[in-house]
Amino acid sequence: MTATLIWILVVLVAIGLYLSWTAGRLDRLHARIDAARAALDAQLLRRASVAQELATSGVLDPAASIVLYEAAHAARQSEEEQREVAESELSQALRAVFADSGQVEIVREAPGGEAAAQELGEAVRRVPMARRFHNDAVGAARRLRMHRKVRWFRLAGHAPFPLAFEMDDEPPSALVERAA
Amino acid sequence: MRIGIVCPYSWDVPGGVQFHIRDLAEYFIRLGHEVSVLAPADDDTPLPPYVVSAGRAVPVPYNGSVARLNFGFLSAARVRRWLHDGHFDVVHIHEPTSPSLGLLTCWAAQGPIVATFHTSNPRSKAMIAAYSILQAALEKISARIAVSEYARRTLVEHLGGDAVVIPNGVDVDFFAKAEPNPEWQGETIGFVGRIDEPRKGLPVLMRALPRIFAERPGARLLVAGRGDEKEAVQSLPKELHARVEFLGMVSDEDKARFLRSVDLYVAPNTGGESFGIILVEAMSAGAPVLAADLDAFAQVLDQGAAGELFANEDADALAEAAVRLLGDPERRAELSARGSAHVRRFDWSTVGADILSVYETVTAGAAAVAADERASGLRARLGLARD
Repeated sequence: MTATLIWILVVLVAIGLYLSWTAGRLDRLHARIDAARAALDAQLLRRASVAQELATSGVLDPAASIVLYEAAHAARQSEEEQREVAESELSQALRAVFADSGQVEIVREAPGGEAAAQELGEAVRRVPMARRFHNDAVGAARRLRMHRKVRWFRLAGHAPFPLAFEMDDEPPSALVERAA
Repeated sequence: MRIGIVCPYSWDVPGGVQFHIRDLAEYFIRLGHEVSVLAPADDDTPLPPYVVSAGRAVPVPYNGSVARLNFGFLSAARVRRWLHDGHFDVVHIHEPTSPSLGLLTCWAAQGPIVATFHTSNPRSKAMIAAYSILQAALEKISARIAVSEYARRTLVEHLGGDAVVIPNGVDVDFFAKAEPNPEWQGETIGFVGRIDEPRKGLPVLMRALPRIFAERPGARLLVAGRGDEKEAVQSLPKELHARVEFLGMVSDEDKARFLRSVDLYVAPNTGGESFGIILVEAMSAGAPVLAADLDAFAQVLDQGAAGELFANEDADALAEAAVRLLGDPERRAELSARGSAHVRRFDWSTVGADILSVYETVTAGAAAVAADERASGLRARLGLARD
């Protein structure tokens, strides 16, 4: 009788430890998503800022300036729900403005343009990187949260179900080649 | 930035991953970063100042061959001490799925972890069995790097998640500026790689040789690499033996001179390649490249624009292409020029900057790397933490 009770106790403790460990895993994944999201936000903001700076610098022709300013402004001001669309539109605007490597050359020749082109080049390369890392973390967390043990024992607590950040982040090829 | 790099394979055994880590570490040190590499090494091996030994690797049968791995609580303790003493901003693990230092570090560390997946092995039985353990460790990796689009695809299929593609780096100028050796010039075909490793494809080249030699009477084959030379030429008619020259293991300098000298570089590998660094080295040296059409090779050669491809394991196709190229100096010059231009993207200046952007992306807003105190975490959750 006592032996049975002890066994039941041992099994319960083992299950408890396992669930606690899983909760720790989930907690760590959520922390990783938060860090990845912060990094993605920083890169997106940086990209929009450099784009806006270039648009207001007068180096580009007026039409290109307006297109770029509009897109960068929209990306910075957008509500959370429209963020993915606005950022995708900024990618498209950047691709349209810097479709030709001649445009990049013009920027580089302007005073201070070298640094601006370099920074924009870095930003358009890092946005896809940061997004991939973020979505990788989201995928891992989602896979774990779909699991029975997590759903049955509500190990995720009140943390919102993580969502991937989907956008068009294809960089303008002229800029990336320059940076390479 | 304080960077910790984990090498899973013995530092004293030459290999692609070890060379990659050595070049990467030296590149970062030149840029003024603080770098520490944790690698398995014998205690009496002389190590560069930036390498910390994790003890001797033990040979164990794993995944069909004998691998030299580090495991056990002694290695785990060394990993913890290294993490604790290092105060790294970021830890970069290579080959995190091999049951060695990489996996141990994944277990023991918390904070920004970057991992590079070099091989694209299909999932082994051991990995399926250990999947849940592995997954828990791999979840800690904040950023994954695959060395090629092909390696990334295997990674996504087998482990889920995603990775950015950053190719392996090569010091392009080291190869481009090497002095050609006149002895190795004049209708020479070059091959670099282990002679007795069938996947490197020397047997395929040997099958193609009689036809190449028959149609190009001046052609010679130069082989640089370890292995049994007699066995390698066994399948070849006796009179052709004199036209195959074995150079044995060559130093880095000689390899560069070798690749600068040969008139055609042939890579007949039959599989198991996830990147193909030797092709990048050959292109850096300006050698026209003819390679098997493996996924990884096709990608390095820009789908055939920077070097010619032949159907994998097809000796006739290899012979036909080699004969054609040896008789067409213009086409070779064209391939050499295209290769030299294409290869710039694999130079350390580009690759290193990309890897550094990955570090900067993951460290932005994150705390530094520390030893993961799992036990105290549990105690904290149960309300038993000491402070």
